[in-house]
Amino acid sequence: MNVLLIAEYEGDALRIASVAAVGMANDVAQTTGGTCDVLLLGADASAAAEDAARYAPVLVAEHADLSPATADCHAAVIAEWVNAKGYDVVVGAATTYGKDTLGRAAGLLGGYMASDVVGHDILDGELLLKRPMFAGSVNATVKLLGGPRVVTVRSSAYDAPTANESASPITTVEVTPQPARLNVNGVASKTGGRPDVTEAAVVVSGGRAWKTSEDFENNVGKLADTVGGAAGSSRVLVDAGITPNELQVGQTGKIVAPDLYLALGISGAVQHLAGMKNSKVIAAINSDKDAPIFQVADFGLVGDVYKLTPQLIEKLAGTCAGV
Amino acid sequence: MKILVPTKRVPDPDQRVKTTADGRAIDTDGLSFVANPFDLIALEEALRLRENDGAIEVVTVGIGVEDYEKELRTTLAMGADRAILVEADAELDPWNVASALKAVVTRERPDLVLMGKQAVDDDSNQAGQFLAAMLDWPQATFISKIALADGAATIDRETDAGIESASLKLPAVVTVDLRLNEPRYASMLQIMKAKKKPIERIALSDLGLAVEPRIEMVGVEVLSSKRNCQMLSSVDELIQKLRDEAQVI
Repeated sequence: MNVLLIAEYEGDALRIASVAAVGMANDVAQTTGGTCDVLLLGADASAAAEDAARYAPVLVAEHADLSPATADCHAAVIAEWVNAKGYDVVVGAATTYGKDTLGRAAGLLGGYMASDVVGHDILDGELLLKRPMFAGSVNATVKLLGGPRVVTVRSSAYDAPTANESASPITTVEVTPQPARLNVNGVASKTGGRPDVTEAAVVVSGGRAWKTSEDFENNVGKLADTVGGAAGSSRVLVDAGITPNELQVGQTGKIVAPDLYLALGISGAVQHLAGMKNSKVIAAINSDKDAPIFQVADFGLVGDVYKLTPQLIEKLAGTCAGV
Repeated sequence: MKILVPTKRVPDPDQRVKTTADGRAIDTDGLSFVANPFDLIALEEALRLRENDGAIEVVTVGIGVEDYEKELRTTLAMGADRAILVEADAELDPWNVASALKAVVTRERPDLVLMGKQAVDDDSNQAGQFLAAMLDWPQATFISKIALADGAATIDRETDAGIESASLKLPAVVTVDLRLNEPRYASMLQIMKAKKKPIERIALSDLGLAVEPRIEMVGVEVLSSKRNCQMLSSVDELIQKLRDEAQVI
């Protein structure tokens, strides 16, 4: 199967989610004796192309109208390129960009799409895709009944591939996109320079126990900095305006699977567990010994996060990868 | 001005699901059903937009293999002006849902399709994008804010990078995220009154459509996320376990 990977990038580097998706795409191509190309879209994609070329041949489609990225504009370019070159599979990361843009591209390509894929297999030449449903309480194995197949990959389920020794070729692609019909005015981010929850080895996450933004920042945020990790949050804090939405971990937020997920004052609603239960190690501190979070945790400590978090910060300061 | 709000009938998300004996599907026997929570957020927003502009008509659409009338009637009790039930004789995947919605859009000619970003059963997050692509309409997904003026929508979107603010011309497809609003409950009186509101029934074949599946379920397994939790007694012990035993800090 010939695979086209739609990559997201920031500056001169692919996003970690896209690198994991490259791994999946390369594997499908190699197992079936096909090829894998990486397509970068944007106004200025050349710098990231060199990073992408460490994994697979790269196609660079640069045009002023491709930035800021909008689904209608990007999806039309992707669908046109897929149709022109006859790709069998289109892969992207299951990020908000991937869901938005690849969803629309699949709509233009006939609707053979599987979202949030966490595993794949080739059986008798057929691509089988594993994907969670019902807030991650079940995994379904599905087959797409035609093509081109469009797949978004949950990056936390795939390891990043190792880079090749020598760089693959980079080819420029001429595109003439239609002007975007979503007029973007700007993006407001409040994460304050910490790594994204989906891209950190350690995620320190706070829940209902935290009463104010200051308390969250001085405890959860500071502990995240101490261990060199990301700060995450349950939905209830986002709803209350205590944390920004991009910190939310859960069924409708971000799905994470770090080496360590440290849940501070999170009770463990099903929708939250859907976003973090595949973390390699889960540790939880909660004042309620019966909190459901302890059922999915490896290590538990019953107590007041307002007392115990400062102790963790003090004892870990200077001993980890953080500051 | 007309707003079309598609709603899907889904198992109540607070239930545990199990698989059928052959392990190829979810066993829906004995499950209770609700209108997809995200779609009710879309409906609530449509009703609020109507509160600001009395000229807006709010029409809900249900598409279902089984009798969907009860859950669809909830949307009338909440305040929708009328409802359309598209009757299909097979379970529909996102492509077929979008195809049916496109046919309804062609009949109803709404200015805005406002719908949930995903259904909480299959979690596909596809139907809105498919519909926008099929109609060649602009789309805005995952919105947490919307205002309508002068034939355009001004929206905020929840993206991985933060809140994106943008605008788009109508007609458009807009999918809603969790934080847009808190849907209202219908009062007993409204539920009684809604029993008299008409639900227009259309067979999928009357829309000129046949089901053309895009996806086949090969198998399904119920996952357990339970772990054996070691309960510890101090922060020192926690640090020791994470550092020496788990080696993650």
